[in-house]
Amino acid sequence: MRRPLVLAALAAVALTGCAAVPEPAPTNEGTVAGTVTVFAAASLTESFQAIADAFTAEHPNVQVTFNFGGSSGLATQIVEGAPADVFAAASPATMTTVTDAGLATDPADFATNTLEIAVPTDNPGGVTGLADFANPDLAIALCAAEVPCGAAAAKALDAAGIVASVDTYEQDVRAVLTKIELGEVDAGLVYRTDVLAAGAKVKGIEFPEASGAIARYPIAALTASANPDSAAAFAAFVLSDAGQRILQKAGFGAP
Amino acid sequence: MRRSFLTPALWIPAGLAIALLGLPLVALIVRAPWAQLPELLSRSEVLQALGLSLGTASIATVVSLALGIPLALVLARSADWPAVPRRLLRALVTVPLVLPPVVGGVALLLLLGRRGLIGQFLPFQIPFSTTAVVIAQVFVAMPFLVLAVESAVRASDRRFETAAATLGATRWTILRRVTLPLVAPGVSAGALLCFTRALGEFGATITFAGSFPGVTQTLPIATYLELQRDPDAAIALSLTLMVVSVAVLVTLRDRWVPGLTS
Repeated sequence: MRRPLVLAALAAVALTGCAAVPEPAPTNEGTVAGTVTVFAAASLTESFQAIADAFTAEHPNVQVTFNFGGSSGLATQIVEGAPADVFAAASPATMTTVTDAGLATDPADFATNTLEIAVPTDNPGGVTGLADFANPDLAIALCAAEVPCGAAAAKALDAAGIVASVDTYEQDVRAVLTKIELGEVDAGLVYRTDVLAAGAKVKGIEFPEASGAIARYPIAALTASANPDSAAAFAAFVLSDAGQRILQKAGFGAP
Repeated sequence: MRRSFLTPALWIPAGLAIALLGLPLVALIVRAPWAQLPELLSRSEVLQALGLSLGTASIATVVSLALGIPLALVLARSADWPAVPRRLLRALVTVPLVLPPVVGGVALLLLLGRRGLIGQFLPFQIPFSTTAVVIAQVFVAMPFLVLAVESAVRASDRRFETAAATLGATRWTILRRVTLPLVAPGVSAGALLCFTRALGEFGATITFAGSFPGVTQTLPIATYLELQRDPDAAIALSLTLMVVSVAVLVTLRDRWVPGLTS
């Protein structure tokens, strides 16, 4: 019974924070302290750092440390006993690895992400849509099928009935983006948030088939956490209005 | 028999060192999915990656021999040079050993990529080709060969060369008949190290050459990607790579540097 009460109280704290009224001294503030270690998908790097700044502004006694990386690798690290308090994954499947191991319960979706075609700013291949991915003269990069962005890309291409002429299957979405930024490939499939994060270095092209391959991001506080109250508070903050505003500014969709 | 001056106290840190180097490999062997091993390793994509790795590492070793032995000879004779160019050359040879391979891969892209310093003038594309895999492997592995051959040259007795010269041998004959036979053990040791390092190359390859099955997806890259989906298969692949590397390195025996061990 203790956990729901704490969560409700924390939600109240988060809400008062959003309303920008002077924070009343909540009775449970003492337990939201220490260090929270968050394992988060690489695509969350910028937005979660912004969320951590806002979170620690509300809870000055807490320090948030991050381990960003590919969701599958992070899930493996958690199962192998890495000292994490919160896990934010880029796919429900990688979260399942952790819940199946009994290390988290009740993950909640906190964001969605949509695939976008990314091309170098000058678009040397003249790419206009997903159909161009079948052109063998263009250099094309996709994520490998083993990682979430690759699975989503395969789904979108399948839905469109396009057999892509791929030159390289990269190990994660940021590696695809790097190849585009350097101009080594003519086009790649990345997330909308990656296009926004890359700024002027790449150009994003939306395509209709992306709606069939929307990525869902779940978050959960881990049961083995040494600091469960702060872990739950951070997860609640990501789901709160303040957290959602930061995520949506970075290009994420609502859960 | 020579008397050993090894104090027993040294065995404690040395034993810790052996444990640190050996136990991770033991864990890999213990955790390997032995029952599924034949099935996992007979998959066509695994055989393809293994074949690509062995092929590219062999070519990279041949290229490293052709370019690296001359460089090692130059490096060994650079003792007479002024300090600045001598140290710069030595640092240049050593840098790939200490540089994160990913950085090497980015540097190769910036040089030979479509928009690279040289790449922009080339009529063909190097990244994402098997050639790119070999170039990345040579960049990372050749220094092992160069440094092994160089120390062999330094340890060899230069009086043999002087004697050959006084007997009227040309420089080319001296190189072929005196210097190279003298350093042959160093060359083979260096070539084996170079081959195994090329076989294990990951960071520079995936950055510069990318990853496409049968073209650029070497065994280390296949292992890394498999780790995201099926850790058991990844362990099986790691085991294969380890067995090949250990088998090659065991043939090194004590010939790491001739003159020090003979």
